[in-house]
Amino acid sequence: MENSLENVVQQASEALQQANSLAVVEKIRVEYLGKKGVFTRQMKTLASLPPEEKPKAGAVIHKAKQLFESSLNERKTTLETEQLNQRLTDETIDVTLPGRGQGIGGVHPVTRTMRRIESIFSRIGFDVATGPEVEDDFHNFEALNIPAHHPARAMHDTFYFDEHTLLRTHTSPVQIRVMENQKPPIKVIAPGRVYRCDSDLTHTPMFHQVEGFVVEKDINFADLKGVLSEFLKAFFEKDMKVRFRPSYFPFTEPSAEVDIECVMCDGKGCRVCSHTGWLEVLGCGMIHPEVFRHINIDSDEFSGFAFGMGVERLTMLRYKINDLRLFFENDLKFLKQFN
Amino acid sequence: MLVNEAWLKEFVNYSLPTDELTEKLTMAGLEVDSVSPAAAEFTGVVVGEVLSVDKHPNADKLRVCKVSVGDAEPLDIVCGAANVRPSLRVPVATVGAVLPGNFKIKASKLRGEPSNGMLCSEQELGLAESAEGLMELPNDAPIGGDIRDYLQLNDTIIEVDLTPNRADCLSVEGVAREIACFAEQPFVALNSPTIDETIKTTQAVSVEAPEGCPRYLGRVIEGLNTDALTPIWMQEKLRRCGQRSLGPLIDVTNYVLLELGQPLHAFDLNKIDGELVVRLAKPAEKLTLLNEQEVELDGDVLVIADQSQALAMAGVMGGQLSAVGDDTRDIFLECAFFSPLTIAGKSRRYGLHTDASHRFERGVDPELAYRALNRATELLIELAGGQAGPVTDVSSKQHLPSAKPIKLRLSQVQRLLGITLNDDVIESYLTKLGMVIIKNEGEWSVTAPSYRFDMAIEADLIEEIARLYGYDKLPQNSLNTSAKLALVKEEVQPLDRIKDQLVDLGYQEAITYSFTDEKVLSELTPNDDVYRLKNPISSELSVMRTTLWAGLLKAVETNLKHNEETVKFFETGLKFTLNNGILQQDQMLSIVATGNAMPEQWAEKPRQFDFYDIKHAVESILRLNGVLNSFTFKSVEHPALHPGQSAELLNDKSEHVGYVGLLHPVLEKALDINQAVYMAELNQSMLQLKSIPIFETVTKYPSVRRDIALVMDKNLHVNEIIDYINSQQGIIKSVLVFDVYEGKGVETGRKSVALGLILQDKSKTLVESEVEEFLTELLNNINKLFNAQLRE
Repeated sequence: MENSLENVVQQASEALQQANSLAVVEKIRVEYLGKKGVFTRQMKTLASLPPEEKPKAGAVIHKAKQLFESSLNERKTTLETEQLNQRLTDETIDVTLPGRGQGIGGVHPVTRTMRRIESIFSRIGFDVATGPEVEDDFHNFEALNIPAHHPARAMHDTFYFDEHTLLRTHTSPVQIRVMENQKPPIKVIAPGRVYRCDSDLTHTPMFHQVEGFVVEKDINFADLKGVLSEFLKAFFEKDMKVRFRPSYFPFTEPSAEVDIECVMCDGKGCRVCSHTGWLEVLGCGMIHPEVFRHINIDSDEFSGFAFGMGVERLTMLRYKINDLRLFFENDLKFLKQFN
Repeated sequence: MLVNEAWLKEFVNYSLPTDELTEKLTMAGLEVDSVSPAAAEFTGVVVGEVLSVDKHPNADKLRVCKVSVGDAEPLDIVCGAANVRPSLRVPVATVGAVLPGNFKIKASKLRGEPSNGMLCSEQELGLAESAEGLMELPNDAPIGGDIRDYLQLNDTIIEVDLTPNRADCLSVEGVAREIACFAEQPFVALNSPTIDETIKTTQAVSVEAPEGCPRYLGRVIEGLNTDALTPIWMQEKLRRCGQRSLGPLIDVTNYVLLELGQPLHAFDLNKIDGELVVRLAKPAEKLTLLNEQEVELDGDVLVIADQSQALAMAGVMGGQLSAVGDDTRDIFLECAFFSPLTIAGKSRRYGLHTDASHRFERGVDPELAYRALNRATELLIELAGGQAGPVTDVSSKQHLPSAKPIKLRLSQVQRLLGITLNDDVIESYLTKLGMVIIKNEGEWSVTAPSYRFDMAIEADLIEEIARLYGYDKLPQNSLNTSAKLALVKEEVQPLDRIKDQLVDLGYQEAITYSFTDEKVLSELTPNDDVYRLKNPISSELSVMRTTLWAGLLKAVETNLKHNEETVKFFETGLKFTLNNGILQQDQMLSIVATGNAMPEQWAEKPRQFDFYDIKHAVESILRLNGVLNSFTFKSVEHPALHPGQSAELLNDKSEHVGYVGLLHPVLEKALDINQAVYMAELNQSMLQLKSIPIFETVTKYPSVRRDIALVMDKNLHVNEIIDYINSQQGIIKSVLVFDVYEGKGVETGRKSVALGLILQDKSKTLVESEVEEFLTELLNNINKLFNAQLRE
């Protein structure tokens, strides 16, 4: 009997070695382990043996069955591994082909810069305000201490609709509008479109400014210098030289213009900075008492500073754009460079 | 404004090198725009005298000259200039000279005749852009003297860009006064010269408009020498300050204007008819100006008139009729103070920007007129002889500006500048600036000199203190303000987030002009009235946009012409419409797209962008805001859109939000685009409204899906059925469309729409019989209401 079992295991093992698919292995399993299988039949023969022989004979069958099962599993694992390997080979793709889907667009470089400016100022608590672009004479000029015949009006090249209605020439009227509706303390920046009746190589009839202002008790020139120096260093991500020099705006007193060390030549002097090493980037000053008077804020109680900057100019300096007119041609070849 | 250093040094003998001077000027608020030498580099040029001029044997246009440069032997020089003549003194570039542009002068032969040097024009010496003929030097020019020394050419010209408040610096004296504040050298003012009044002749003057002309001075000067020439020193000063020499009379008035900042005007005395009157122009009064332009004067224009007509536009430009000429011997010299408000705007209105108007509209020192008139008289008599009459002075004290004392508080200086300064420092600054101060407890009463008429309030004085202290030395703080948390409105979607959403869908942001072509607007929004600019930059940019599509479609057209296949733009900004004549400025978001729906790629079939692509862009914003289900798209007509492919977007309150659609084929052609463009224009603030989520219990019972295909009329809007299904109470959770089919197997005029219904009961697991019962009833109702049946 042992001999015959050995033969059975031997045959089964040979059959498994020849089995080349999991289906064949399964057939062999059924043939040996199934209800009518070889081992089941063997177990049944135990019944006819005398009781004292049963344990030994049973153990022999069990051992043979274990041997079979282990060859079966081994073969199964081998075939499964082969099958998986085959699948992995079949499913191999060219991972260097580009991915699929929608492309990406981009925001306009002016928006890119305005976002940058807003995010820097919002960190020190500035809110964003906006105002109308068709403005009245009062908000654009009068309340900003630019009366009708002021020479500064001539510098503004205003677009008019009628005697009192115009396209705002700067974002400063938002100062007035905010202060009309809000009591100090105020910390606001106002980005937006502005218009001047001028068009040539270095002027477009529409451009963008960001106005900013702070009104509080005892705000002084040192605060103004600090905020703007820090802003410029943050914007250009550079610890650059910044200088304030006296200037004139009707709505600030004292007034200043702010120059930075030329970002093109690091202050060595180049065509962009007219060989001075400096670039003018901002106008600013302490809010003029006359402006406060127009909106009923007591200038002995509150003081404030205001500043204004050209967004296109900052964008040109930051991204080394050499032609202002590109901004409004909306040529995709230009715009896509900022995506 | 141009000033030269040599002239400045007549007023303040500073020792600063030029680069330090210009740096200090800029940092004092007198921004230096440019610095240039008074003449280009050259060497070896001396004063020579032409002794003889003979014909050149071999050339018609050349002459052979003998020229003395002080040596024993005169030089032979061949010259082609027309004005070469014996006894003329000219600059001579001798052999070995190097002229501007590294042009070396060598001994040579010109057409066979020896030429040992060159006679020079102003252009050749780099003194002028162009020249006609040789530079003619006065007869007393020292023969053999170096021309650079003689003309004092080792000088620098500084261009200062003055802010409108610093009209006091519109003169050499003014700039010098400013330099004296930081150069540690005294300012030497030019005192008013004493004039010997040798004749009694006067010109009667009356001022009818004293508000506009608070001070009118003048005097007669008779017997001027008409042959007089402007001396070279004056010509050179004028040249360096940007003025051409135009004869002694004009040169003297220009000289005094540059030197002191006072505009003057000379009338030909013999062309004045009777008394001069300073008055406002009469209705329809005409005047022919010095530049030969005839203007019709408005009633607010101040004129100087005689008994028959207007002779000059006060403070702007003189008239041709009374102008001085080469043969003028007797003049009336006007030196007035016109008030800035009267002159302001007039030169712009008539397009006449003059040195006089530039100064008068910014302001001139009202006390300067006496000194300036005497200075001009002195110079005229020095140059052209003549005899001066007494000064006519018509001044109206009450209309003259007067400097009022300004209160300056020490506490305010500290408060605005953030520094603590000693009293004596402040006082020394103010004194340097010519201010008169009276000290009180903790404050001063400060009176500005008459030339600092820009000083009006305390803050003006504080700026002066800051300027003299040095803006760069003022302290710098980190802003230390009371912190207040900002209100963040959650129901408003930030515009930047919406922009990013579109960017992620492949759209590019454009920025187009807010003014546009009226013709294009009349096609896109024929029903909207336009808001028109009075002074547009061009006719294509003459009206405010009633739709952002105008600019965006132009941008599409341009990019297509540049061979872009796909153009997808969005823009945000104001549109301007008139509502019953009242201007409305609404913030809009607009989208335009044409070309491929997806970028060309290997793994997707190319497909043209269509209505449902742009609708997707809009829906994605609504989805972002959590409001997709409460907004609806309704078929609608719009003049710019294809009537079969246009919808309006309505919000949850059925308010109009905007339009989505295909550009009308007729406009597509008219705008020269010639391919399908899909567009949307939506009210931005309505599109920014977000829903704030309210938690609902998460149900643990499973949902089931049933797919149905309904055959319905082709023109039926699927949304109507979906809305109906959604409106059913009970187990409907959501509905999605997963196929729309027309063609084989479906009757003509009908379409098959496949819907996926998601069903769920929140309180228990649905059983099959309930689902069947619900569907049977639903299909029955849909059949009755919409004539739509289950597809077999």
